[in-house]
Amino acid sequence: MDKYAIEGTPKTPSISFDLNGGVLEIKGRSIPENSIEFYKPLVDALDKYSSAAKPATTVNVQLEYFNTSSSKCILDVFKKLEGINKGGSAVTIHWHYEEDDEDMLEAGEDYQAIINVPFKMVMVAE
Amino acid sequence: MVDVFDIYNKMERNNILLSFKGEITSDLLTSILQIMENKMENMQEEPKMKKKVYNVLVECLQNLYHHLDDSSNFTGDTNRSAIFMIGKLDGKYSIFTGNYILNENINGLKARLDEVNSLSKEELKEYYKKVLNNGEMSLKGGGGLGMIDIARKTGEKLEYDFLEIDNKVSFFTLNIKVSQQN
Repeated sequence: MDKYAIEGTPKTPSISFDLNGGVLEIKGRSIPENSIEFYKPLVDALDKYSSAAKPATTVNVQLEYFNTSSSKCILDVFKKLEGINKGGSAVTIHWHYEEDDEDMLEAGEDYQAIINVPFKMVMVAE
Repeated sequence: MVDVFDIYNKMERNNILLSFKGEITSDLLTSILQIMENKMENMQEEPKMKKKVYNVLVECLQNLYHHLDDSSNFTGDTNRSAIFMIGKLDGKYSIFTGNYILNENINGLKARLDEVNSLSKEELKEYYKKVLNNGEMSLKGGGGLGMIDIARKTGEKLEYDFLEIDNKVSFFTLNIKVSQQN
């Protein structure tokens, strides 16, 4: 497996994980009732990737909405990335937020405070 | 005969945009969210406000959805249903929810709501991070993050009430306000 991809739905984001290029993208809305079920395959894919991680890993998160149930799962994903970063692959998390969306910027800053991985806050014009 | 006009008038007075009474399912949540998103689009609501209302709606509705799972075994079929209303008065959105709760669960919920209501904006931020990082993830949701998130995003106190029905159950109502300034 060198690519893990799933399409977005009104309640779940699109995920694209290029294991050869070391690029993970999460985009859209993450508001499922059962987030654990949705995020488990990604957490598993990150586990596999961690044993053969590229020298650099780029993560792009561009969420329009996410619910509190997803916020725990996103933290789990970031904790995996923290481990990968520790293991020698330079991880950068690009956290995108829309210009007027202070709540989304704050949410990114919350993760930044918890996770020991470089974050870049990227403002997106609407 | 149900007094439909009376119900209509009460909803009109509170400028209710959408209301629902019945069983809360996953598909229903998807529909309600879609309807409200379209409505706010048509009302040309500001993007910032739209996002806040949408976020708070998701948490309120998913609270109802998960909670009904809990109490359905005890309270019988009719009590599986809940009520949800959203209105807009004087530029302020109000979300009302109501559902049955077992009396034995009231104290725990009340303590959590009071705790959230006692915290300042900055304290809520710290509390959120603490629960996010240390709290146990429940299969059903964010393990108590929902109410903290609502209080944080709205900057308003959570108004609630418990109406005792009998020695087993009460009816729990919650009123969340979302306004522009926060």
